[in-house]
Amino acid sequence: MSAQSMDQRDRPTGYLPEGADINRNIAARRLRGAIWQAIFVSSLIIGLLALATLIYTIVDDTFGYIAVQTKVDPEELTGGRPLEELSKEELIEILRANVSAGLFRRFDRDEPFSERSKESVLQLVEERVVGREVVAAYKLTESLLERERIEATVRERFPRAKLEFHSWINREFLTRPMSSVPILAGVGNAILGSLWVIAITMLLAIPIGILGGVYLEEYASDTWYYRLIETNINNLAGVPSIIYGILGLAVFVRALESFTSGAMFGVTDSNGRTILSAGLTMALLVLPLMIINAREAIRAVPQSLRQASYGLGATKWQTVWHHVLPNALPGILTGTILSASRAMGETAPLIVIGASTFVVFFPDSVFDKFTVIPIQIYNWTSQPGAQFRSIAAAAIIVLLVTLLALNATAILLRNRLRRNY
Amino acid sequence: MATAEFSSVNTLQSNGKYAVELKNIHIYYGAFRAVNNVSLQIERQRITAFIGPSGCGKSTVLRAINRMNDLIPGSRLEGQILFHGKNIYDPDVDPVEVRRRIGMVFQKPNPFPKSIYENIMFGPRINGWRGTKQQADELVERALRGAAIWDEVKDKLHQPGTALSGGQQQRLCIARALAVQPEVILMDEPCSSLDPISTLKIEELMFELRQNYTIVIVTHNMQQAARVSDYTAFFLMNESRAGELIEYGPTTQIFQNPQDERTENYISGRFG
Repeated sequence: MSAQSMDQRDRPTGYLPEGADINRNIAARRLRGAIWQAIFVSSLIIGLLALATLIYTIVDDTFGYIAVQTKVDPEELTGGRPLEELSKEELIEILRANVSAGLFRRFDRDEPFSERSKESVLQLVEERVVGREVVAAYKLTESLLERERIEATVRERFPRAKLEFHSWINREFLTRPMSSVPILAGVGNAILGSLWVIAITMLLAIPIGILGGVYLEEYASDTWYYRLIETNINNLAGVPSIIYGILGLAVFVRALESFTSGAMFGVTDSNGRTILSAGLTMALLVLPLMIINAREAIRAVPQSLRQASYGLGATKWQTVWHHVLPNALPGILTGTILSASRAMGETAPLIVIGASTFVVFFPDSVFDKFTVIPIQIYNWTSQPGAQFRSIAAAAIIVLLVTLLALNATAILLRNRLRRNY
Repeated sequence: MATAEFSSVNTLQSNGKYAVELKNIHIYYGAFRAVNNVSLQIERQRITAFIGPSGCGKSTVLRAINRMNDLIPGSRLEGQILFHGKNIYDPDVDPVEVRRRIGMVFQKPNPFPKSIYENIMFGPRINGWRGTKQQADELVERALRGAAIWDEVKDKLHQPGTALSGGQQQRLCIARALAVQPEVILMDEPCSSLDPISTLKIEELMFELRQNYTIVIVTHNMQQAARVSDYTAFFLMNESRAGELIEYGPTTQIFQNPQDERTENYISGRFG
């Protein structure tokens, strides 16, 4: 057989590049690849820019110069000692001497001095007597770049004020409750409120979510009603959170008020807008996520492990308990933590069920009024004034760091517990 | 034919010739008939090999013997599989008991992600084993010795079973099956993911196990079937893609003097 005839016989129809065309073709393909790669990189850069802008804005608002001015020099009041070192009685005396008798009686009526903590009296003294007042606040960028201009402006407009560099996020901010004066406000009770709500949410959502997931994945047969349930759960995971708020308002705040307000347990001074209602609502919100996540973790357990277990004469329950659940645990835990951070950042449903935006005391039972960090942020950003913007930014940092810590825990747990099959 | 409930029959007292009898079984996955009318008797304390090309239903038949197919949604069996004279597909038979007494070793070694010790003890524990720590140690050693892996792992009993080599993992899985003292051991291509040396070890092990257990093995490797088995069953897919039993008999006969032309073609490598 000659080479030519073979050539003709093997040649397919159509055109396949040959010779120099091969190189041209490869160059063209490489170019197309490079263009796509550039598009991928630019998408990433756009994302990073957005993130950088967010962080810059927050940090810019959180730190910077403030001009502080007091009505009275605190050292004149105390004879040189710092206010914090004074006893509660001394503080009460200072208060009595420096405010009108009517105002003093009103404070006592609001909460008798004998029952107030030292911190609460100290706060009254600082607010009413010392009157430490921030008259101007500046952003971080201007504080660093235009220091002379700021100093000149402050000297001119507030001759008595002192200029100091202030971090709006600090220990007092983390531990103090809400206040109408930005410099005295803190997220302490909001943090505690968030923790309470998350605790109740997780207490309910974890067991129900895992057990529901186990049932759907291991026990439920493939019938139309289970498929209907599955579809519903998947849809519920995508329902806007405010809908859950409305549900929570109707069911927990209103219909079950005697339970959620604690009236059933002898609590008399609250309505249904309590930590308990918030936790129950949030539990409903994250439950679909928990179930979906638990199912996925369970599905990821290799079928070969189940077969090995069944092959030894294990019952379904023994297989689930000894093999499926332990091996699904890392995945379930990860999803649980991610659900917790979702619940932690959620705002809309809590606004609907009536979270209080101005709570000055710390919650100490599930039947208390509450506020949470995102609600505080929402509240402060809607207030006029640079200082509120600054404490909102500080609260955002608190929230972000908390969420970051939660997610990091999820990743660590997953890596620690991941098993090799 | 004995009609007693098989759970009341002690292995050692039972002296019928056959451990398991398949009578006209048809296996369906939904509407699809995967196995068509298979009947065969599996002799006690012998090695029976199922051979045939891919998709011929040999694994499906094997898994029917300890009701592992039940785990596949939509699977269904017609006909009877007699174990101690009792149909294991009768409604009053618990598949858990069937699997407890008819053990299984899978194609891919699947040790639990636990220690070697825990791998062995899992079966006895879930099946209601009671005993001292010393008795447990003894049970573990006996099972591992039975699977000819004791010497290799005796110093690392508390290390994860998943850290062993593929061949060791497979022998660990055999040891795990032995620990619950089954009467029959089903092996679904136990050597298909192993190297030749590990394969040889498993084959030697099967010879030893044959003294106490009835073994049914599915294999793609005809040499293996010829080497280890006493009886061979040859399966083939029919026109409607259902597996059928073509020929069943002593291994020497199947390999040296097959009665069916299709068997001869397959054995001599002309198709499949």
